[in-house]
Order: sequence, then structure tokens, then C-alpha cells
Amino acid sequence: MSVPAPYYLGLSAVLFTLGMAGVLVRRSALIVFMSVELMLNAVNLTLVTFARLRGAVDGQVLVFFVLVVAAVEVVIGLAIIVDIFRSRDTVDVDDVDLLRG
Amino acid sequence: MRAAILIPLFPLAGWVVNGLLGDRWGRRAVAWVACGTVVAAFAVSLAVLARLLALPPGARSAAVVLYEWIGTGSVRAPLGLLVDPLSVALALVVSGVGALIHIYSVGYMAGDEHIARYFAYLNLFMASMLWLVLAGNLVAMFIGWEGVGLCSYLLIAFWFTRPPAAAAGVKAFLVTRLGDVGFLLGIFLAFAVFGTTDFTAMARAAGSRLPLGGPAATALALLLFLGATGKSAQLPLYVWLPDAMEGPTPVSALIHAATMVTAGVYMIVRMHAVYLRAPLALDVVAIVGAATAIFAAAAALAEPDLKRVLAYSTISQLGYMFLGVGVGAWSDGIFHLTSHAFFKALLFLAAGAVMHALGGETDMRRMGGLAGRLPATAGAFAVGALALAGIWPFAGFFSKEAILSDAFRAGRVWLWAVALAAAGLTALYIARAFALVFVLPPGEGSAGPAGCREGDAPRAAGHRGLAPGAEVADPPPVMRWPMGALALLTLLGGALGWSAARPGVLARWLGPLLAPGALRSSEGTHGSEAALAAAGLAVAVAGIVLVWLVYVRRALRVRSQAVQTVLAHRFYVEDFYAAAVVAPVRAVARWAGGFDRAVIDGAVVGLARAIGGGGAVLRRLQSGYLRHYAALALVGVLALLAYWMWR
Repeated sequence: MSVPAPYYLGLSAVLFTLGMAGVLVRRSALIVFMSVELMLNAVNLTLVTFARLRGAVDGQVLVFFVLVVAAVEVVIGLAIIVDIFRSRDTVDVDDVDLLRG
Repeated sequence: MRAAILIPLFPLAGWVVNGLLGDRWGRRAVAWVACGTVVAAFAVSLAVLARLLALPPGARSAAVVLYEWIGTGSVRAPLGLLVDPLSVALALVVSGVGALIHIYSVGYMAGDEHIARYFAYLNLFMASMLWLVLAGNLVAMFIGWEGVGLCSYLLIAFWFTRPPAAAAGVKAFLVTRLGDVGFLLGIFLAFAVFGTTDFTAMARAAGSRLPLGGPAATALALLLFLGATGKSAQLPLYVWLPDAMEGPTPVSALIHAATMVTAGVYMIVRMHAVYLRAPLALDVVAIVGAATAIFAAAAALAEPDLKRVLAYSTISQLGYMFLGVGVGAWSDGIFHLTSHAFFKALLFLAAGAVMHALGGETDMRRMGGLAGRLPATAGAFAVGALALAGIWPFAGFFSKEAILSDAFRAGRVWLWAVALAAAGLTALYIARAFALVFVLPPGEGSAGPAGCREGDAPRAAGHRGLAPGAEVADPPPVMRWPMGALALLTLLGGALGWSAARPGVLARWLGPLLAPGALRSSEGTHGSEAALAAAGLAVAVAGIVLVWLVYVRRALRVRSQAVQTVLAHRFYVEDFYAAAVVAPVRAVARWAGGFDRAVIDGAVVGLARAIGGGGAVLRRLQSGYLRHYAALALVGVLALLAYWMWR
């Protein structure tokens, strides 16, 4: 008794869209960061789903890589956010626009 | 003979020393260095002369090669001197007259704050001029030729804060440059014809390499003569010399009367072997000389400016010299060059003394009756004027008569007649100048000479460094005795060229060097010679008497508005140049400037603007907002997906 693949894929699409919307509309760097994680995990879900579907382990191996990279990314990203907060007293991404042309 | 190199080296050292250190030293030290080096050059010239005199006449020529300057294959041009009677005679005249003018300058420029720069330029000029006359080949001569041109420019524009002086300097440089192009082409042609430009070698090879009257000889002679017309201010390139009077008066005396402007005459005598192979070119030289002589003499008649009268007079006298060498009278050309150096330098120095006394005034209409107040100056000017007019026994009489009789005996009767008429005009204009400045009471419509300066004094004093409102008096001894020395030379200089039995001293001295039989028909009896001399003297006296009648006694009234207008515009030559040469060049320059701004600059600036504008548009993409970048990435991904789905 297993849930059919389209449900997983639909959930993944919903999660990805939520994460994307969060990246695009939220101003707090932390929320944006969490949204990115959400998108990553949506992709992970897709990978696992297809791996099960095909009966191969490649996708699941790939998920481990993504999890490790995401963990590393969290460390660096949080450090950057903390630094930004120290120098600017804010983590609003709209205030951090040094690269504006 | 190697010592001859010291002749130009001494003034060159003076230039270096005064140019580098002069501003730190006192005026006295600067003057001593400047005068000392030139006197030393004169002394070395005398020593070289003594060495030459000790040699037999046929062996008085020594080439001194300093080092191989240009040596590529068949084109060789060593930096070398040629020490022979001609170059030593010129070196003596240049350094002797130059030394006197240097000493005079000490007094004349005493009030000028840039005296170190002045003497540095003057020494550089002496070095260039002495190098020019001593150079052993055309290429080496060209160095001196351009050097004197540069110094002429620098010294004409010495008071460069005055726009007319700066403009006159540029004009002199550009106009002589036109002639220099011809001179340079002549050097190239000489290389092509002879394979060398060494004077001795060319003189030896002229007979075999240049067919008589052939195109090569004529072209070479005419190209070199073009250079001479520029440097020596002959028709049609004379226009720079009258304007050159913007420079300090001793400069006019040294460069624009005694030495540099005679370089063309010297060059033709130096190259006479080539000219003898080109009779047509010689005729051109003679005709240009005679035409210039009478043209400039006529122009001097209506000139109100004392220095410009002397400038036109110089042009006219240079015309005589070219007439002389044009009929093959080489040594008489050099003779007139020498005597003209004496008396014209004297006239300029006397004019400088007048200006010195009047605070820089050069307009003769504002002078008058100065003989009583400036007796020494008036005496010096009178000696120079009589020599210029050709009155016996002054040097000018002998040299001018020599050229006139040469022209006559060479069968150029028409040229002789023109030159004789010019001699009459010469007496006329110089007597008029003397009368206006020294004899007549100050002209109507202007105050006395001392009073009339008050208004203009600041201008003149500010730029010329002369004391305003100074008492009208003869100059100090440092200026007076060079004038005295030149007056003496003017009085005695005739002995150089005239003796009971021609040829004179100078002709015999130069004789071994100059090709024999230069005069095409040299038979002439003493009787005809005396008659010719009498004719010249009569014309000169007639000119002076005419001035006396018109200006002093006012017995004759000469009124011809048309003639006066034409003379006042100097036969409209300069107006013609302005319309025919300057205006088209300006128009082309304006068009080229417009093209440059519109098309060239337009393309360059337009390209830069386009890139800049593109950047300004693209920079809008860099908003600095994280979400814009993320959205762009999303759009990109969606576009890629769409592409893969529907392709």
C-alpha cells in the first residue's frame, strides 16, 4: 500500500513554490534562508520519489549530497547573516544593496 | 687648424653657461661671459687668419673632420670644418661685428630683467652662425643654417609677452622655413649628383658631374637659391624681415643686418662652382637681386618707422649682393657683405641709441631735431647713412660701385640701370630718415620728442626695460664705443676692396679659392670704371640733394597720392600674400578643424557615448535587491524549461 508518485510530486511542487515565493517576497534574510532550504528539500523529495519509481539508488545518493551541501551552506549563510547584522543592525535584504549599479 | 673648432665652441660654451647659470649670477657676470666668449672667438679667428697667412696662397685650405656623423653606405656627412680664406673672412666679420654688438647690448639691455636669457640666445646665435660659415659640407652647414633661424625666432620674439613680437617671430620662422625646404631638397640633389656634399669635393667635381646649363645644375642652383631667398629676405620671401624689427635693436643689427641674412650670399659664393655650371640660375639670382634692391628701396621711402626703414634698406642691400654674385662677382659680393655688415650694424646701433634716448620710440614722425641733443649718435648715424648712400670715401661707396661696375661690365646693362636707380632711392630714403630724425624740427601734430613719450612710456618701459622719462642724451660709453669702432670700420672698410689696381685686398685674399674667370667679360678700362663710379656718386648726391630740397628747404613739393598709397602699402605684396596664401590656408585650416571636430571627434566621442549609454541602460539591471536577482534566475529557468518542452 503505497501513495502514488503524483502525490509526492505535487507536494514537492507546492513546497518548491512556497519556498520560491518566500525568497521573492520576504524581506528578512533568515526567512529567505529558510525558504531556500524549503526549495532544496522540495527537490530532495522529487529525487527520492523518482528513485523509488525507477528502483534505482542514484537519486537517493544524490539526496545525501544535497543534504551535506545544504548543511554546509547553512553554516556559511548563517555566519554571513550574523555578520551583516553586526555591521548594519538589520537583516533586511532590501537594505543590503551595495551592489546596486 | 684644428683650433678653428674653438671659434664656434666658445660662444656655445657661453650659451650653456649663461643658459644654465645666468639667472643665478649677477648681470655683470652674465655680460662678461657673453662678451668674453665672442671676443675669444674673434681672437681665435685672428689666430687662424695668421696661420693661413703663413701658408702659400695655393695651400690655404684645410679640412678638419671632427667625427663621422652620418655614415651609411654611399651617403656620408662628417661633422667637419673647412678652414679657407672665405670661411675665415666671414668668421672674422661675424665674430668681430658680433663682439661689438654684444658689448653694445650690455648697455642697451641693462634695464631688462631677462638679460641672461637674452645673452644665452645671442651666444647660441653666434655659435650657429660661426658654425654655418665654417662648416665643411652642406649638411653640416644646414645645422648652422637652422640654428641661426631658431635663434632669429627666439630673439625676434624675445619680448614674447607683446603679441606683435610673438607673431613676428612665428612669421619669420615660417617664411624662412619655406626657403629651407628648397635648401634641403638642394642638399638631397647634391647627394644624388655628387654622392657627397663636401664643398671642396663638389667644387672639384662640378665640371665633370654637371653639364654646363644642364637641368641638374640649374635645379640644384635654383633650389639652393630658394633657401637663400628665405634666409636672406629676397623677393618673394622677404616679408618676414620688416616684421622682425620687433626684436631688440642689437638683435636687428646682428642677425637681421650684419650676419644671418647674409648667409644666403655666403652660401652662393661657397657653391659658386655649381652656379658657374648653371648660367640660367645665375641670371635668376642677378634679376631677383636687382628687383629686390629697387623694390625694397622704394618701400623704404614711405616707411614711417625708423627700424623698418633700415630693415627695407637691408633687404635692398642684400639685393645688391645677390646682383653681385649673380653676375659672377663673388669677391665683390663678399666685399659688399662685409662693408654692409659694418655700416648697417652701425646704423642699427645708432637707431638703437635714439630709441634708448627716447624710451623705445621708433616712429620717425615723432622725432626730430635730435642732432643737437644726441651729437655722438647723430654723427654715427651720419657716417652709416653716407656709407649706405654710397658717398666717397665710406666703405659703402666702394662696395656698391664694385657691384654696379661688375653688373655693367658683365653686360647686364639693364640690371645695372635698375641698381643705379635703386642707389638713388637708397640715398633718398636714408637722407629722408636722417632729416626726419636729426635735422628737422619735430613734425607738426606731435609734441617734442621728450614730451611725446610720456603717454607711451609705460608701454615701452614695461617691455623694453628702459627708464621712462629719461633725459634725452647720448648713450653711455659701453654703447658709444662699439658705435665708434663700427664708424671707424665703415670709414676704413673701403680699403678692403678698392685699391689703385683692382683686385683689392679682399679679392686677392679670396682669389685662389674662387674660380678664375668668374666675370664673364672682365675687360674694363680705368676710364670706364671712373665714369661708372662718377655716375653712382652723382645719383647718390642727387638723392641727398633732393631730400634737402624737399624736406629741409621745402623748395619742392612732391605730392602724388597714388604713388604714396602704393608705397605705403609696399606695392601690395603683403596684401597679396594675405589674400592669396594666408587666407586660403586659413580657410583650409578652418575646414580641416571643422572636419576634425564633426567627423573624427564625432566618431570617437559618439562611440564612447554609445558605450556609456549602453552601460547606463544595463546598470538598471543591477538593482541591488536580492529578490530581483532571484526573480531573474526564475525567469531564466522557466524560459529554459519552456524551450525544452516546446522545442
